[in-house]
Formats: sequence, structure tokens, C-alpha cells
Amino acid sequence: MTREEVEGGRDEMEIDGCEQREANAIPEGFDANYLKIYYGKLFPHADIYKWMSYGNDGKHPGCDQSYFGRREFSFTLENDIYLRFQSFYGAYELENSIRENCPVKIDIGPVYSVDPAKRRAYAQTGDNVFTPVERELIFDIDITDYDDVRYCCSGADVCFACWPLMTIAIKVIDTSLRDDFGFNHILWVYSGRRGVHCWVCDGKARRLTNEQRGAIADYFRVYKGNENSHKKVSLTGHALHPFLARSYTEVLRNFFELKLLPSQNLFSTEERYEKILDMIHDESVKSELRGKWQENRRSTSKEDINVIRWEQLKILLQSGKQKGQGLRRGIEEIVFSYTYPRLDMEVSKHMNHLLKAPFCVHPKTGYCPLLNNSQYGLPSATLYILAFIFQLCTIGTLGVYPLKVALFSISSVLGHVCVPIDPKKCEEFDPTTVPTLSKLLQELNMEGAKSEVENDWDKTSLGKSIRFFRTSFLQPLLKSCKEEIESSYKTKLQHSKNSINW
Amino acid sequence: MESARSHRKSIANDVVSTLPLYRSAPALEVRLEDFTLFAMDRLRVLKGISDGLSRGKKTEEMEQLAKDLWRANMRHPQASEVVNKDIISHFVLRLVYCRTEDLRKWFLPMETALFRYRFRHETAEAQRSLMAEFDLSYKAVSNSEFESVKDKLCQVARSIGMSLPTADAIFYKVPFEEVPELVAGRRVFIHKGHAYVASTQVVSLVATQFRSHLSKALILTNRKWTSTIREQEKDRLAPIVEALCTSYLGPDYSQPKGFSEISLKDIDDLVKSSFPLCMRHLFEKLREDHHLKHGGRMQLGLFLKGVGLKLDDAIAFWKAEFSQKVGAERFDKEYAYSIRHNYGREGKRTDYSPYSCQKIISSTPGAGDHHGCPYRHFSEENLRAALNKMGVDGRAVENVMDKVQNRHYQLACTLTFEAVHNSSCDSGINHPNQYFSDSQKILQSKDGKGISTLGNKKRVPLLFP
Repeated sequence: MTREEVEGGRDEMEIDGCEQREANAIPEGFDANYLKIYYGKLFPHADIYKWMSYGNDGKHPGCDQSYFGRREFSFTLENDIYLRFQSFYGAYELENSIRENCPVKIDIGPVYSVDPAKRRAYAQTGDNVFTPVERELIFDIDITDYDDVRYCCSGADVCFACWPLMTIAIKVIDTSLRDDFGFNHILWVYSGRRGVHCWVCDGKARRLTNEQRGAIADYFRVYKGNENSHKKVSLTGHALHPFLARSYTEVLRNFFELKLLPSQNLFSTEERYEKILDMIHDESVKSELRGKWQENRRSTSKEDINVIRWEQLKILLQSGKQKGQGLRRGIEEIVFSYTYPRLDMEVSKHMNHLLKAPFCVHPKTGYCPLLNNSQYGLPSATLYILAFIFQLCTIGTLGVYPLKVALFSISSVLGHVCVPIDPKKCEEFDPTTVPTLSKLLQELNMEGAKSEVENDWDKTSLGKSIRFFRTSFLQPLLKSCKEEIESSYKTKLQHSKNSINW
Repeated sequence: MESARSHRKSIANDVVSTLPLYRSAPALEVRLEDFTLFAMDRLRVLKGISDGLSRGKKTEEMEQLAKDLWRANMRHPQASEVVNKDIISHFVLRLVYCRTEDLRKWFLPMETALFRYRFRHETAEAQRSLMAEFDLSYKAVSNSEFESVKDKLCQVARSIGMSLPTADAIFYKVPFEEVPELVAGRRVFIHKGHAYVASTQVVSLVATQFRSHLSKALILTNRKWTSTIREQEKDRLAPIVEALCTSYLGPDYSQPKGFSEISLKDIDDLVKSSFPLCMRHLFEKLREDHHLKHGGRMQLGLFLKGVGLKLDDAIAFWKAEFSQKVGAERFDKEYAYSIRHNYGREGKRTDYSPYSCQKIISSTPGAGDHHGCPYRHFSEENLRAALNKMGVDGRAVENVMDKVQNRHYQLACTLTFEAVHNSSCDSGINHPNQYFSDSQKILQSKDGKGISTLGNKKRVPLLFP
């Protein structure tokens, strides 16, 4: 089935989707079944609905009842079937559709001028009215974009040594969004495997034009290099912009010197320190340092070699006997190159970019190095056998007991839940302990008998994340949405009154 | 010259700016030939600005350029008609360039740029009156507030090489949304959603307003054009309007020129003989890494479409490379869609045009990216190596590097073309697809005479009659 057909109309789509899935349920079944339980018992449908309604689900006459229904959701089903332009009238419909379709991934798009599911009908009317009108300001930061400055991992892998790069990104961007741009309702989410997403949800952020989004993204951009020019960061001018200066002194410098310098061994080999020397313009400084470092290779000092060399480089550049300013700026350029956040600009610049919803489960990846070393890892043969047992058990009804048998073993196949990250405590966030689908189901299973808790997720380690989402993000957001709706309704009334008087 | 002088005098006399805001179409009678001639004159100005921007000229250079272009083209023998010529030509071009998304995308930034350069030439007083006309009645930042943020304002000034604000400097505090370009360039201090705009920067505020007014007006004009004007004027203005835009935008390469079509097996030969450096580089990187990031896929993919690679071949081509890296399944899932999209078979079904040099030069490739213009985005070292690989050496390389240093990227590409083909290229290179077709023309004619100097394998049967 091609995507084109899928886009056709919603009713047919759902039917098509189901047929596809059922036909394939046996060979790849266990995955979908796990997700089914997750969406049935744990996924916070109501919270997502509340969030995406931005207060418009209330009874106040200023509420825009069509608001939630104009939001695009997009589902990725098993077998790579994409359902784009899904829309729902209410919480119940959203939840039902998610449970029925059991998507391996849910993406959230913009709010359109008209119900996206009916866009074809509107297109017939001639006026091109199907256009995005609101969208959170979003940022996508991906560890793969840092491959030239980390030596511990590459590609989609992350570890303790390189995750601080993401911590830096959260700190720098979050502070600026709040202090510079004056935004308050910001949600950071672990993207499930290799980075972080940021949702800025203030009313004025949602109504930014593409040009204004582009301006903010550019404000954050210092990284000008591409693969074919080695200059990565170019800081010109006699001073740093206040935003860069603050980022440097409050975040970048410390992270560079205390974390990345030793953990990434930035000066430990000739190849690595040459890369840093490349960023210095002065040949005499370069050769002086090079000479020192080649000799001192056999030194047995207890101090970290990276720290020693960095201090030597700093002293030489700061000494001032060289050409002053330009060279001192060199230190900053090196630190920026190795630490400053690298945003995927395109995601932020356009309203119609889709972004994975929080609390999604990262689709199975087959190979997940994060977990390979963890306690959950089991040889793959065992895995297949257990998966097979599980399938046999679930062909009939979803019994609780057989579930338990298979559960503990498959965590290296199933991914992580995209949980929110508290920017105030982002140093404490550890991507390796993020709940995985199987861990959650296991917890659910263990606690199954206890019924005193109101929500199933309270029995699991997801509870903490959902509570954080509610208290730190959703409640303050909805409060200000309500105020905004009330005040704009008042002005509207005032206006209409005035025009009548006139 | 006469008119220009008398003109300036009138500004001095009554402090009324002659810079129109083009709020509503004038109720003037215009002779049909003026209609065309005025529009052509204005187009020359806009085209000149567009060329200047694509060469990466600095703001001061652009201001001078705009001033010179305006003087050269927008004079009128009768002083009283100068303003009318300005207004009429603007509205004619509005009609011409309202009709498609692509036309609007070109016209809007060019008119805005022109407005900006002209605004900066106005006196402070005239600028204030223009601001008032736009309803931009911002209050200046009070003394006490100024003192509280003075350090930050100085820091910004130093970071962008502006003179430091003095005690009597005027700053306006405006929502950051209203000065996107100042935000993008980190040219203002921003605090809690407000940007502190220096009086020398108000041009940005005004230009943003101008742009958004014009943008809306273009949409409205387009509606009027499609609903009534085109039909009413189908014998009189419509042909003029339709002719005016094509004469200056250059050809559109979204459809390969009827007769040409390339097939997969020829592609490697063509890369060597007729691809401009930017595409050649992308192609080689693709073969090497079996992957390109989004910007690279767009730039190369649309170019290949333009030179005549059919959709099925394009999918086969990309799949052959990508599947080595990400597997065929992931290719089908994640990448095939966007290729069909480029060919207008998905989504809103627009047949996308290959990128022009201007667009490529102004792109901003980041980490892991290989797209962009090599003459602009490569380091000198890498560019030299790349040129040598293309067979350009010695004196020719120095000539190319000289153009690069002066930011004449398209001229640098033209010189490369000439060195590679050992033949002159008078029109200059404005579009990668033009490079390709010009190259093919030369190779065909050389082939005809049996003196092919390029490529040692069989000549591709390409298609120029």
C-alpha cells in the first residue's frame, strides 16, 4: 500500500491499517501486543489531550471549540505505514484511535486553519485555505551532529561521557528561551535514543511566523562550519554578544574543563590535539605547543594529560605577548566548538515540521548498545525463544502469567519511553535509566494485585515522569492559557461594545 | 541628474520623504508603453540588487550599489514624474510578481531590500515621519532603564563593531518578533521578550513592516488577478504582464528541456564532463558515504531532475547508494517519499525547481553537510584540491581563487567552467543546470567536429539537436 492511498481519507485508512496489521500480527506480534498494553494502561492520553487543547476544552465562551480538532497527529504503524493528517474531536476519540491503531510512533504537527482530515474538501473550494496557523516552537538536538567532537561513541550511540553535551544544550537554550525571549512554558523531552526535543508552548511562541522562528534559530547558531571548511565556530567582533558571553561563563567553560576535556581525552593523542591546534591562527604558538607535547609524551605526572595540555595552551594564548585579543578569542572558539549546542535548524524554522510526541516509545531498533551492557541484556537466542513462547501464549487471550515469563528478557529489543527532562535538574538525567517498555510492563505485572492506587502508571517508574509533566509543565501552562482566553475574550467584548456605541 | 538634484531640494524644503510606502494603487493614467518601460527600469534595479546579494556583498556595498542602480534607471526627464514613475513601476511589478509562489518569493525580498537601502538614505527627520506613517510609535527607553542595561547594550555594540551608545543615544524597546533580522544576527540585546533597538537600527523595524504589508498585498493582488484582472485584461495588460517576468528571472529548470533525458549508466561520465563543482562534490560524497543529509539530497536531487533523470531512475539511483548504508527497507520508508515529493508526486504536488546559484550560495550548510556552493563554503585548501581534481590548475586556479576572495562566487564558477571546457562562457553561470546544458552544448559541438577533449569513454548521446 502506498502512502498516497493512505492519505486518502480517514475512514478508509483506519480499516486499511487494521487489515494490514492483523495479517501480520503473528510474525511480529509481540511488539504490537506490548505496545497495546502500554497504550491501554500507561500512556497519558488525557494529559496529551489537555496539553494540546491549551485551555480550549473548557466551558468559557472565549474557548475555540474547533482548536484541538485542527491539530495534526501522525501515526506510524508497524510495517511502515504512515497515517498523516489524523485529527480528533476530543479526548475520547484520540485515545480510542491510539489504542486501536497502536502506532509505533506518534508525531504531532501544527494546528491548521481547517480540520486536516478534511483538507481535500476545503481544497475543492478554490481558496487555498489549508495552512498551518499555530505550532509550538520546537528544537531538536541530536547527538549524531556532534560526531566530530566526541570520541567515546559515534552515530546514534550515547554514553555517560558524551551525554553532558545534551545537558549543555538544555542549559544554554532553556536559559535563553526564558531570560532573553521571555518564554515560560517549556517542555524538554528525551527523544528516546539519541538526543532531546524541546517544546516551547507559550501562546506567543505558538503564533510565531516562520520568519520569526528562523530568527530565533539563527540567534542560537554559532556553528558555521560544514564538512568542507575546518573553521567550526567563528567569533568575530571585540566582544561576545551577552547571550554568548553568559552561555560561555555559566555553562560552556565549566563543562568543557571539568567534564569533556578529561572524559573525551581531547588532547590525549597527536591526532586529537592537532585538531585543536588547527583552530589557532598563530603559527608560532602552534609550533611551540606542538614541540612541548611531542616531548612530554613520556612524562609521568599524575595529573590528567588533557588538563595539563589545555592549561599550557591557555597560558600561551592568554599571555598577551602574542597578538592579544584575537588569540584570546581562540580559547573561546575552541570551547564553543567542543560544547556549544548544535540545533537541527530546519525543524525549528518551519511550522509544519512534525515532532515525536512525548511519552512515545522509541520504536524497536534491533541493536541498542545502551542496553547491551546493562543488566537486561540476554543472548539473542534466548530472546527469540522467549518471544516465541510469548507469542504462543498470547495468540489466545493476553494472560497475565505468561506475560510475566517473557517480560524480563526482551528489553534489549524494545526502546525507551520519551520522558520529560527537568531542565533545572538536567545534570541528573541519565539516559540509561530511562524506563523501557518492558521494564514498565514488568513493574505493572509485579504490582498488578495492588489496587489501591488510582492510576496504573503510579505502579511503575513512569509515574514520576507523568507527575513531573503535570505539576511542572501542564498545570502552569493551562493556568496561563485560561487567563489568556479570558482576557482576550474581555477585549473582544470591549471592542464589540465600542463599535456598537460608535 | 537634473531631476535628481531638484528632487533632493524638495526633501530639504518640507521634510516630506519621497519614499512611498505603496499603500494603495495610484489613481493615475498611464500610457501603455510607460507601463512596460517603467517596469523594466525597476526590474533592472531589483535584478542588480539580487546579483549583488548573491555575490555576498556587504551592507555598505549594497547601499552604494542600490543608490547607483536607482540613479541609473529610475530617473525621469520630468522632475514631477519621478515619484509617479516609482509608484507606477512598483505596482506594475506587483501585478507581474504576484502570480506564483516562486515569483513572490523573489520579488518580496528584493523590493524590501530596495526599500531598506532607500530608507537609510533619508534624513533622521524623514525617517521618523515614515515610522509614524507605519504606526510605529514606540517610546524611547527612559534614562533610568537605559542605565540599567547600558553594560549589555555596550557589549552588543562592541560585538557587532558599532560605536558605543552615548548617554543621549535613543533606544526603542520593541517585541523581539518585530525585528527578526536583528535577532537572527544577534545585533540587539534581548531581555524577557523585548529587543533594545538603537536608533540607527530602526530601518529593520520599518523594513519588517514594509515586508509584511507587501507580502499580504501580493496575496490579495494575486486573488484579484486570478479572479478578475486576467480575464478583463486578456488582450491588453495580461500579455505584457506575463512577458515581463520571464524576461528577467531566467529559465526555469524544473522540467528538463524536452529533448534531453539521461540514463543511469551515463551518469558517471556526465559527472566528470558536465557537472558543476557543487554537484560533482555532492555526487562523489554520496558515492563515498552512501548518504547525504537533507540539504544535499535536495540540492543534488533537484539538479538531477533538471538534467533529465526520470523519477524511476532517480529512486533507483538514490536507493543503490543509501541502501548500502541504511538498508533498502529504511530507504523505502524514510527517503523514497521525499524523492517522489521532489518530482511532484506526493504532498502538495508541486513540481519543485532545481536550486539556482543564488539559492545555493545563500544556503548555510552545517555539520555533516556537503551542499552549498564550494566557492563560498569550502576552505581555500579544500577548494584548491577540488579544483585540481577537476583538472583545473596553475594560473586558472589562481584566477578562480581571486574571484573567490572578492566574493564573486558565480564568476569563480564561470572561470572554472571556461578552464574545464577550454572555451568561453559569456553569459556567466547563474544556475547549476545552465552549467550542465552549456557544457553539453560545447561537448556536442566538439564531438561533431571530432575533437572531443573531455572524457575518454564513449560520448553520451545527449540530445542537443
